[in-house]
Amino acid sequence: MTRKLLSLLFALGLVAAACGGSDDDASGEGESASGDAAACAAGQTDGDLAFFNWAEYIDPELLTAFEAEFGVTVTQDTYDSNEAMQPIISAGGSGYDLIVPSDYMVSILIESGDIAEIQKDAIPNLSNLSDEFASGLPFDPDATYSVPYQWGTTGLGINTAVVGDVPETWGLIFDPALADQFGGQITLLNDPRETMGAALKYLGYSLNTTSESELEEAKALVAEATTRLAAYESDQYDELLGTGETVIAHGYSGNFLVQFDEADNPDDFTYFVPQEGGTRWVDNMAVVADAPHPCTAHTFINFLLDAENGAALTNWNYYASPNAASEPFIDPEVLEDPIVYPQDQSKLEFISDTGDFEINFTDAFIEAKG
Amino acid sequence: MTDTVHPLTAHERAHESAESRRGFLLALPAYLYLLVFFALPLAIVFVYSFATRNRTGGTDLSGWNLDSYGRLGDEIVTRVVMRSFGLAMVTTIVCLLLAYPFAYFVSTRRPAVRGLLLVGVMIPFWTNFLVRNYAWRVLLSNDGPVSELTQLLGLGETRILFTQTAVVLGLVYSFLPFMILPLYASLERIDGRLVEASRDLYASSWASFRRVILPLSRPGAIAGSILVFVPSFGAYVTPAILGGDKKPLLGSYIVSQFLTARNWPFGASLSAVLIVVMLSATLVYFRAGGRNL
Repeated sequence: MTRKLLSLLFALGLVAAACGGSDDDASGEGESASGDAAACAAGQTDGDLAFFNWAEYIDPELLTAFEAEFGVTVTQDTYDSNEAMQPIISAGGSGYDLIVPSDYMVSILIESGDIAEIQKDAIPNLSNLSDEFASGLPFDPDATYSVPYQWGTTGLGINTAVVGDVPETWGLIFDPALADQFGGQITLLNDPRETMGAALKYLGYSLNTTSESELEEAKALVAEATTRLAAYESDQYDELLGTGETVIAHGYSGNFLVQFDEADNPDDFTYFVPQEGGTRWVDNMAVVADAPHPCTAHTFINFLLDAENGAALTNWNYYASPNAASEPFIDPEVLEDPIVYPQDQSKLEFISDTGDFEINFTDAFIEAKG
Repeated sequence: MTDTVHPLTAHERAHESAESRRGFLLALPAYLYLLVFFALPLAIVFVYSFATRNRTGGTDLSGWNLDSYGRLGDEIVTRVVMRSFGLAMVTTIVCLLLAYPFAYFVSTRRPAVRGLLLVGVMIPFWTNFLVRNYAWRVLLSNDGPVSELTQLLGLGETRILFTQTAVVLGLVYSFLPFMILPLYASLERIDGRLVEASRDLYASSWASFRRVILPLSRPGAIAGSILVFVPSFGAYVTPAILGGDKKPLLGSYIVSQFLTARNWPFGASLSAVLIVVMLSATLVYFRAGGRNL
């Protein structure tokens, strides 16, 4: 019995050691690792940067440039969804300094106390932000915890060579008269908020509704649309469209543009947000509450908010920049592209966290699938 | 006499306990491995299944309750479980039908050929599971090799990708080796003289297969079926990549509880019940049919 107990204790010790070990690794060369450390000065670094970002979201040359300018090393790990990133950060002791959560995830992280207040004095380039972004957005009303990184929209990518001239409407997905002819060649995002949101928009409702009856209506539409789908696909929807496997795809603006650029015949493709409106989203930089190197993180934010660096970001990933000062440095064809910078933003909505109603969204989505 | 017996048993006892101590020490790494990577995570799953989702989708480890288990009777859960069960059954049966003749063939070859064929069975494992599934996506796409072949033969374009057929194909492809290897192991162990004896007693080749080979290979068939059924039942990657995730299965249902509803307690209770059911079913199956495994 005691032997069993001993081995159990030994195992627990191992686990504790393993956890402790990773902490040590993360905090690097022994800097003090307290989140609410003394104020950071502009341009100050306190060790190497551990950056947790979306995959393929930053020009690697920007990271190299930052390393050269400030003499620190940047380690970038990537994630493919907010929900995959959040538990790692919320568990604490992740060792990451800087993350890039989307709008609704920012409000969740604020509420759970997982991200630190931005030290605005350490980021003089905040003045480069356009007014709309500088004054704070619904998910972080006073811009206390987050700094916008890039923004974009969710809409439909179309193979015009096959589909021809069609009205810019969600009816291409949800109206049998329009959509039936493309049966088996449509993909929708495998994401309850985006896909239920598209149906809600088609019906003229807010995509942040918490009305069960509106959600029921949307569920019936999605259930019907499922019969016309090739797949629910959140990763390769752009490749499938580019290779001709599908002709209508639901997805994110920038990903489509990069894909169209790589296609043999870019003119055969287009992207739009349907006239009924759609999702607009902002990804934001936020300093992790227990970041080992908060000052380096602030300096990096300031670095990306530089006019030329901000432009480099947009020229590389084709998402719109919140950085007004960067506009002169953005390639004109990107800056003038209505796909990247939509003219009419009145019908676009941010996805906001609906609290317990998130369960209803997921349930409705799964039930709609069958 | 008694003088010599007594010290001998004492010595034996000491020897025995030293043996058992050595055995324990040798097994210690395995015990630790099981504890840290199996028992502990499993315990965490069970603990979370009684917790509560808070408003932001975090999990409050307090206010323990059975709410998550209450949802297991929902109609959608039953539907998803039945669908996954059906898919896993079909996969297992197809694997069994394909693997048996192959394993029999291999077990009757010369040792050198056997080795070569078995290596062939295992070669796919050299490539990552995810990569192999994406490779199937390319193979089955509208202008992929399969479709091109049928067009060449004048059969027209084939549309297999994103159908249930593609899912079964992908699962059978992925798990076939798990059926072949245990089947081969039990077929190879069969004493050839038993078959000869049955033929000497005028059994037809079919009768000798049915009465001698089949019963003797049953442990392998059972082990293989379990090894294929269990992962097929909870399969997530293959249905998502090759089926387009249009019909929710158990695997994707559990994933969506964790990653989109952020309802860890419900996801954990689903997983916990799945583990308990699979474990007890496996035990019953082994007891009923695989005593001599």
